[in-house]
Amino acid sequence: MTAADVTAADPGTTPEVASRKPPGVIRVAYRMWRTRVGTLIVALLAAIALFGHLIAPYGERDAVGLPFTPAGKTRKHTIFGSAKVGHDVWTRFLYGGKPILIAAVLATVLALVLGTLVGLVAAYNRGKLDDVLMRTMDVILALPQIISALIVISMFGATTILIILTVGISTVPRIARVTRGAAISVVERDFVAAAESLGESRFRILRSELLPNIAAPLLVEANLRLTFSIGLISGIAFLGFTPDPGAANWGLMINENRQGVLGQNPWGVILPVIAIAMLTIGTGLVGDGLSRAAAGIDRSKGGDL
Amino acid sequence: MDNALTITNLRIEVAGSGFDIIDDVNLRIAPGEVLGLVGESGSGKTTVGLAVLGHARRGVKLAGGDVMIGDAAMLALGDVALRQARGRLVTYVPQDPSTALNPALRIQKQLIEVLEFHNFGGSDKARQERVVQVMSEVLLPSTPEFLRRYPHQLSGGQQQRVGLAMAFACRPSVIVLDEPTTGLDVSTQAHVLATVRDLCRAHKVAALYVTHDLAVVANLADRVAVMYAGRIVEQGTAAELFFNPSHPYTRHLIAAAPDMSTDREMVGLRGRAPGPGRRPVGCSFAPRCELATADCRAEFPAEREAGPGRLVRCIRPFEIPQSTQHVAVHSSPIAASATHALMVRDVCASYTGHEVVHNVDLHVDRGECLALVGESGSGKTTLSRSIGGLHREWTGEISLGSERLARSARDRSTAQRLRIQYVFQNPYSSLQPRRTVGDSVARPLIIGGVGKTEANRKVGEMLERVALTASYANRFPDQLSGGERQRVAIARALVSRPEVLVCDEVTSALDVLVQASIVELLSELRRDLGLAMLFVTHNLPLVASIADQVAVLADGKLVESGPTEKVLRHPEAEYTKRLIADTPQIAAAVET
Amino acid sequence: MSNNRGVIRFIARRLALGLFTLFVVSLVVFAATQLLPSDPAQAILGRDANAVSVAALRTKLGLNHTAFYQYTHWLKGMLSGNPGDSFNAQIPILSYISDRVVNSLFLLFLASVVSIPMSLWFGAYSARKRDTLFDNVTSNTMLALASLPEFVVGIILVLVFSLRVWHLLPAVSTIDIHKGPWSDMKGMVLPTATLVIGAVPYISRVVRASMIEVLESDYVEMARLKGAPEKVVLWRHALPNALGPVFQVIALNIAYFAAGVIVVEALFNYQGIGGALRDSVRVRDIPVIQFLVMVLAAVYVVTNLAADLATVLVTPRLRTRMR
Repeated sequence: MTAADVTAADPGTTPEVASRKPPGVIRVAYRMWRTRVGTLIVALLAAIALFGHLIAPYGERDAVGLPFTPAGKTRKHTIFGSAKVGHDVWTRFLYGGKPILIAAVLATVLALVLGTLVGLVAAYNRGKLDDVLMRTMDVILALPQIISALIVISMFGATTILIILTVGISTVPRIARVTRGAAISVVERDFVAAAESLGESRFRILRSELLPNIAAPLLVEANLRLTFSIGLISGIAFLGFTPDPGAANWGLMINENRQGVLGQNPWGVILPVIAIAMLTIGTGLVGDGLSRAAAGIDRSKGGDL
Repeated sequence: MDNALTITNLRIEVAGSGFDIIDDVNLRIAPGEVLGLVGESGSGKTTVGLAVLGHARRGVKLAGGDVMIGDAAMLALGDVALRQARGRLVTYVPQDPSTALNPALRIQKQLIEVLEFHNFGGSDKARQERVVQVMSEVLLPSTPEFLRRYPHQLSGGQQQRVGLAMAFACRPSVIVLDEPTTGLDVSTQAHVLATVRDLCRAHKVAALYVTHDLAVVANLADRVAVMYAGRIVEQGTAAELFFNPSHPYTRHLIAAAPDMSTDREMVGLRGRAPGPGRRPVGCSFAPRCELATADCRAEFPAEREAGPGRLVRCIRPFEIPQSTQHVAVHSSPIAASATHALMVRDVCASYTGHEVVHNVDLHVDRGECLALVGESGSGKTTLSRSIGGLHREWTGEISLGSERLARSARDRSTAQRLRIQYVFQNPYSSLQPRRTVGDSVARPLIIGGVGKTEANRKVGEMLERVALTASYANRFPDQLSGGERQRVAIARALVSRPEVLVCDEVTSALDVLVQASIVELLSELRRDLGLAMLFVTHNLPLVASIADQVAVLADGKLVESGPTEKVLRHPEAEYTKRLIADTPQIAAAVET
Repeated sequence: MSNNRGVIRFIARRLALGLFTLFVVSLVVFAATQLLPSDPAQAILGRDANAVSVAALRTKLGLNHTAFYQYTHWLKGMLSGNPGDSFNAQIPILSYISDRVVNSLFLLFLASVVSIPMSLWFGAYSARKRDTLFDNVTSNTMLALASLPEFVVGIILVLVFSLRVWHLLPAVSTIDIHKGPWSDMKGMVLPTATLVIGAVPYISRVVRASMIEVLESDYVEMARLKGAPEKVVLWRHALPNALGPVFQVIALNIAYFAAGVIVVEALFNYQGIGGALRDSVRVRDIPVIQFLVMVLAAVYVVTNLAADLATVLVTPRLRTRMR
C-alpha cells in the first residue's frame, strides 16, 4: 500500500480488501450442503448413465433367461434377475440412462439459449416487439409440454432429434418469461442508460450490461427446466414412445416391467424408478441451493440497516 | 413537568452476534414538545423510533434499557398490553405512506380499525364521528366519497395526512414520526409539517421526529438530539444547538447543510460512520475528527453538561474544527465566447404522447453552472434526459457548440456523445455491479478509440482527480460507499474530457456530509476544466452554493431564470416566491 | 360505480387475448396435420387398401378440398359442437370421448379440491413458522417431491400401497366407463394422490413466498404498530394481499393437471382423455388429437382468465386504475 492510499482512502472502508468480485450465485450456492449433495448425486447418476454400459455384463438386447425371473433362477448369472423378453435388468439399467440424460441436457441448452435471447430482446425493446414475442410465447404455453411432444410424435414418430427439439422449444417460453421478468428491472437501472448515452450497440448492451446481472435467476430457472425435461423425456418413454423400442431406456423399463412387479421380479421397475428419482432430486437440490443463493444475494443488496 | 416519554440506557443489538446497533441512548420528551432526532442513514435513528413502540425489526434485538411512556414500560409489557399500548398510547407515522397504507383496504377501514382495536369512543357511531373529526384535524375532506378511496387514489401528501390521522386518532400521548416528509415536494412538506406542529401543541402530544434533514428540524423541533453510529452525541434546544453546536460532528453536519440564506460553500467530510461490530473502543467519531486526541480513542466520552439543558459526549466541546470554517462563495466567470457550450431552444418534450415540457429555452456557457430547478413532475428530468440523448420524444433544437444534436444518443456521432456526459441520480444503479470501476471508467475512452494501456493510465489519473486513488480501478461497486460510487460515476463522465456535464439530482440519494463533498468536488472540477454544467435539482438551497445561473421549471414551463443571487433574493415569479417561502432553512429558523 | 367499466374492459381484453391464443393454436394444430408425411386416408385404411376405397375415403373426409376450406369446415364443426368422426373408431368424436372427458374432469376436480386447501395451509403455516423445524422439514420434503416426475410418484405409490409393501388399494382403476368414476372411489385414491403430490409443492411454495413477502411489508408492520391483534394482521392485512400470485399458480397447476392426467391415466389404466390421446397418437387418429388438443388449450386459457379475474378482484389498484 502506498502512502497516498492511506491519506486519500476513506477511513471507514477497509483498504486491505483490494479487489473482490461480488460473489457469484454459484460460489454462494456451493457453501450450502444441499448444493454439494445434489451435485454429488447428479454426478453419480450421470456417470452411470454415460459410462454404465462399459461395465455392463451383457449386451443391451441379450436374453439371459425367461422374462421376469428373479436373480438366481435365470439361465445366465444375474444380479437383479431378468426383465421383459428375458433381458438382464442390471444391463438394461446401465444402458437406459444415456438417452434420457443426453436428450434432457440438449433440450435444456437449446431452450436456455433461445429463451434467454427472446427474453432479453423483449425486455430491452419493450413496445411492439415485446408484445409480439410474448404473445407468441403465450401460444406455445397454451399447449402443455407433453401434448406438444405427443402431437409431434404422432406425426413424425419418436426420433431423438424431434424429442429434443420439441421439449426444447416448448421450454423456451418458460425461460423467456423468467429472463424478461428479471431483465426488465435491470433495463430500468441507470447503468444501461449510461451505456446507451455512450452509444453502445444493442447487442453489447444485452450481453455486457443485462446478461451478467440476470445470471442468478437464469441459472435457477435453467436448473428447474433441466429437472422438468428429465421428467418429461422419461415420461414420454414411459408412455411407450422411444426412438428405438428395443433399446434400453429407464422410462420405458418402468412401463414394460410393470407385470414383473406383481410376479417374481420387481427390480426391473425399482432400479429405474430409483435412478430417475435420484437424478431429479439431485438436480432439484442443486436448483434449490442456487435459488437460495440468488435470494441471499438479492437480499444483501439492500445493505442498509 | 413530567415527561411523556423517557428512554434510559437503551441498547439494541444485532440478533445473534451481540454487536450494538444502539447503545446508551437516553432521551426524554415533555407533553407537547417536539424532539428532533437527527442522524445520517445507518445511524440507528429509525431503530430508536421503533423501540419506542416496543418493536424491533427482523434480525434486531431490544437488548436493554427502559422506554417509559407514562407508567407503561414499553420493553417489559406482555403481548396483549403492548398491543393495547400501540396505536393508543404511542403511535407511529411511517416514512413512506405509499407502502405503509394497506393497498387492499379503503382508508375509512384503515382509520376506523385503529379505533376499534382500542375500543375508542365505545360505539360505532362515536368512532364514525371521530374519523370525521380527525380527518378535518389533518385538513383532509371527510366526505363518504373520499373515505371510500383506496390509498393509491390519493396523492403522496394526502396519503401522509391519512398516516397522521391514524396516528392522532386515539389521542396518543407520544407520537413517533419517521422522516414523514421525505418523498414529498417542499410545498406539501411545509403543509404537513405545519399540521404536525399544530396538532402536537393543541393536544399536548410528545413527538419524536426522526429525520436526516437539519433544516426541517430547525423549523419544527423544540429540542434536537444528534445521533452518530448508534449513540446520541449531543442534545439541546434547537436554537442553541444550531447557533452554537458543541460536538464537532454536529458542527460538520451544519457546515455541510445547504442554506440559501448564507453566502458560503458547503463543506463536506470524507469517510463514513462505522457500522455495528466495527465500532472503535473510543469515540466512534474520532477516526474522522480532526480534533481527536489519544484520550478520545481510549474510551467513549461520558455525557456531560455543556450549558443549560445541553448534553454532549465529547471531551473537547465547542472547539471548532478548522475544516468547518465557512468559505465565502466566489465565482470566477470565464470570458463568454460567441457560441454557447450548450443551447436549448424551443424544446418541447413528450412522454408517451403527452407533452410534459413546453417550449423551453436555455443556454450554458463554458465554465458556467446552470441549475435547473423544479419539483417532481416539473419535467426537469425529461428535459435533461432529452439533452443527454436518453429520451427521444422531443422537438426543437439542442446544440452543442455550433453542432445541432440528433434526437437520441444513438443517432449522434461518437465525438458528440463524448462531448456531452451525464451523471445519474442514484450511484447505486448507475454502475454495472459486475464490472470493475476501472472498466466502467475506461469505457468512454475505449469507445473514443484510445488504446488499452493509455486508457488505464488516464483512468488512474481521473480517479485521483475525483479524490479516490488509482487502486480503486480494481474494485467492484459493491465495495464502495455511496459517495465513492458517485465519485466513480463523475470520473466516468469526465474521463473523455467532455465540454458539457449534465448532473441529474446527483446528490439526492446521498447523506448530507457526502452531498457536500460531492458538490465541492463538482465546483472544483468545473473551475479547473472549464466545464459547462447543467445541475438538475429539486433542492433549492443546494443551488445557492453551486450555480451561477438558475432556471426554474414548473409544470414543464420555464417560469423564471437569471443569476442565482437575483433569483433567490429577489424572485419575480409567484411560483418561485412560494417555493422559496416553503423551503425550510436553518439560518432563518435560528434567527427567529 | 365508475370502477365497473374498467373491469369490464379488462375482462374483454383478456377474453379477446384468450380467444386469439386459441385461434392461433387451432391454426398451428391444423397446419401440423397438413404437414403429415403420409396421406391420412391411406394411413387409416392401411398400406394394402385399394386406390378406389382410398379415393372414396378422401372424398368423405373432405381431403380433396383446399386447405382453407378444410380448415374453416373443421373450425365450424368444432364451434358448432360437431368436431367430426374419429378415423379409428369411425364414430362421432363426442360419443367416443364424452364419458372419458367426464372421468378425467372428475379426477381433475378431486385433485384440485384436495391440493388447493392443502397447499394454502402448508404455505401459510410455513410462512408464519418461517425457519423453524417445521418449515425446514416441510420445505425439504416439498423440494424432493417437486423434483419427481409424476409417473415416478405414481409407481412408488403403487409399489408401497398396493403391490409390494401393503395391499391396501387397487393398483389399477377398474371403473365401468358408463357408470362414472364415482362408482369406485377406492380406485380414485392413488391417481388423485399422484396428482396432488405433484401439485402441492409448487402451490405451497408460492403461497409461502407470497405470504412472507406480505408479512414483511410496511403495511403489515404498520398494522402491528397500530395495535392490531395478530388475527386481524393475518386475515385482514396480510392474506388478501398475498392472494394474487397464488391465484396465478393455482391456474397454472390446474392446466398442469390437464396434462398430468395423461401420464397418470396411463399408469393406472384410468379410462379418461389421457388414454384416448395416447391411443390416438399411436394410430394417428388426427381428428381426435385435434379435438383433445383444442380442449386442453381451452382449459389453459379459461383457468388463466379466471385467475386474472380473481387477481383483479382482490387488487383494488388494478380494479380502479384499469385502462
